Amino acid sequence: MLAYIARRIVYVVPIVISVALVCFLLVHITPGDPLVAVLPADASQELAAQLRTAYGFDRPLPVQFGLWLLRALHGDLGNSIATGRPVLAEVMRAVSNTVTLAIAAAIIGFTMGILLGLIAGYFRETWIDKLATSFAIAGVSVPHYWLGMVLVIIFSVQLNWLPAVGAGPGGSAAWAWDWAHLQYLVLPAITTSVIPMGIVTRTVRALTGDILSQDFVEALRAKGLHERGVFRHVIKNAAPTALAVMGLQLGYMLGGSILIETVFSWPGSGFLLNSAIFQRDLPLLQGTILILALFFVFLNLLVDIAQAAIDPRIKRG
Amino acid sequence: MSELPLSVTVDAALQSAPATKARGYWATVGRRIRRDKVSMVCALVLLLIFLSAIVAPWLGLEDPYKGSMIRRLRHIGTSGYLLGTDELGRDMLARLIYGGRLSLLIGILPVILAFCIGTSLGLVAGYVGGKLNTAIMRTIDVFYAFPSVLLAIAISGALGAGILNSIVSLTVVFVPQITRVAESVTTGVRNMDFVDAARASGAGPFTIMRVHILGNVLGSIFVYATSLISVSMILAAGLSFLGLGTKPPEPEWGLMLNTLRTAIYVNPWVAALPGAMIFAVSICFNLLSDGLRSAMDIRN
Repeated sequence: MLAYIARRIVYVVPIVISVALVCFLLVHITPGDPLVAVLPADASQELAAQLRTAYGFDRPLPVQFGLWLLRALHGDLGNSIATGRPVLAEVMRAVSNTVTLAIAAAIIGFTMGILLGLIAGYFRETWIDKLATSFAIAGVSVPHYWLGMVLVIIFSVQLNWLPAVGAGPGGSAAWAWDWAHLQYLVLPAITTSVIPMGIVTRTVRALTGDILSQDFVEALRAKGLHERGVFRHVIKNAAPTALAVMGLQLGYMLGGSILIETVFSWPGSGFLLNSAIFQRDLPLLQGTILILALFFVFLNLLVDIAQAAIDPRIKRG
Repeated sequence: MSELPLSVTVDAALQSAPATKARGYWATVGRRIRRDKVSMVCALVLLLIFLSAIVAPWLGLEDPYKGSMIRRLRHIGTSGYLLGTDELGRDMLARLIYGGRLSLLIGILPVILAFCIGTSLGLVAGYVGGKLNTAIMRTIDVFYAFPSVLLAIAISGALGAGILNSIVSLTVVFVPQITRVAESVTTGVRNMDFVDAARASGAGPFTIMRVHILGNVLGSIFVYATSLISVSMILAAGLSFLGLGTKPPEPEWGLMLNTLRTAIYVNPWVAALPGAMIFAVSICFNLLSDGLRSAMDIRN
């Protein structure tokens, strides 16, 4: 097991470096001067040159990348051009709000997905299966930012039950698990949960169907095992694959929350990314993408290790 | 003496072959999908949306660009404005139909481009193998380290707003996914006997890839690519929704959704219409892709 974990970690190193390189290069495919956001329109050539040196934009690209990577390893992602505050602190505060949202959405989406998937797989080709499958297809096909708008229209505008935007009293830095804050989480969390719900439903349905059609299930039933016991076997066999899919979905929710956070003005990493793009705040853009991508890479690593821990067949492969 | 009965049998088999008249693979697939009601309904809906977008100028619609301050945000069903008007008083029905032109283009073109690029890359990686395979597939792995929404937004955000940039960024998102599928099916086929036979008969690598491998793998890659169209439609409109794609006053569903967001307190259901179009196209492509997949799975 330890050898397997070590092998997986070693495999991650080149990925992390390449991810950093992509994030670094993003700034350099950007048309226009990266200093355009801080320089006043009438700035002198001297001031521009001074700032270019201060931000290190005058060095050759590989040197810039090396220096940037070295600093990033020490937790220094530079300062935001727009606010002047350290990028890492800004990103981490925003990420914690995104994690809150992703966890709430995961609880809703995964629970629904597993239940619907098991039911659909068990009652295959019946109307129950068709209903659950349509629900799942609608979940993966719906433009989630639009669903967010529709939920706001129904529950905020028409019924006036839940707040439409923001993260509650105190704004981005004062999240607490009480109703005053939680009511702000309900609509964004439901909106975020529909895609994972759909994908988990489809995965679990397929797995359940496959497992139930295998010979060993026939044998279990033949020896007189009650259906609840058969179900336990189904869950045990489906768990590794389902877990991998859910881990990946959690990563997508963390990294892909920008559209939903924009709809609900949820002060997370996606919202930060949005403002970084439109203020042309390149260090912040670079830093946010790097942190989110690293989260995704490490989450995938954790999923692989967890999968190996519960499924002994993987370690040998 | 022993050879004679054999050749007679072969002759008989050859003569009886036309009598059974085996239906071609694609003809079978076509017949199976035509019997699938869900797929046919989806195809019909898509055809309707496509055709109306193409012939929009000849449908006698209002000018989708012409606004009027005195008829802003009319409700659905107002006489003369079947689907109401938007925040600048432009006719929603006209804008939704005209909107299909750009929305479908920026949603589908990236998948078509990625299909061409990804299939070529995957075919070469899978057939040539070795170091070239490692080089291509490890580069692809890097893109898998980004969630696709994040990658699309990162590239669009860095390149700046614009239709072309949004198409480029989505193509970059889908190329790795299609390459991976193409590589894996090609690797599955390349050691089969008919490939060896082609090589033994003197065919060059290019001919083998084009004639013998492509024909066998194109179907599965195509089905996979069709399943990406729904995601691509949602992402392309999403980029416009964020302000990274189409620019006003162009009618495009994602952008319309964005500009109408301010109107949800005044006229909520008109504001939700463009999203319903994206949803309709996306779900139809998903169901059609599912239908195609099961129609091509002849064994069942």
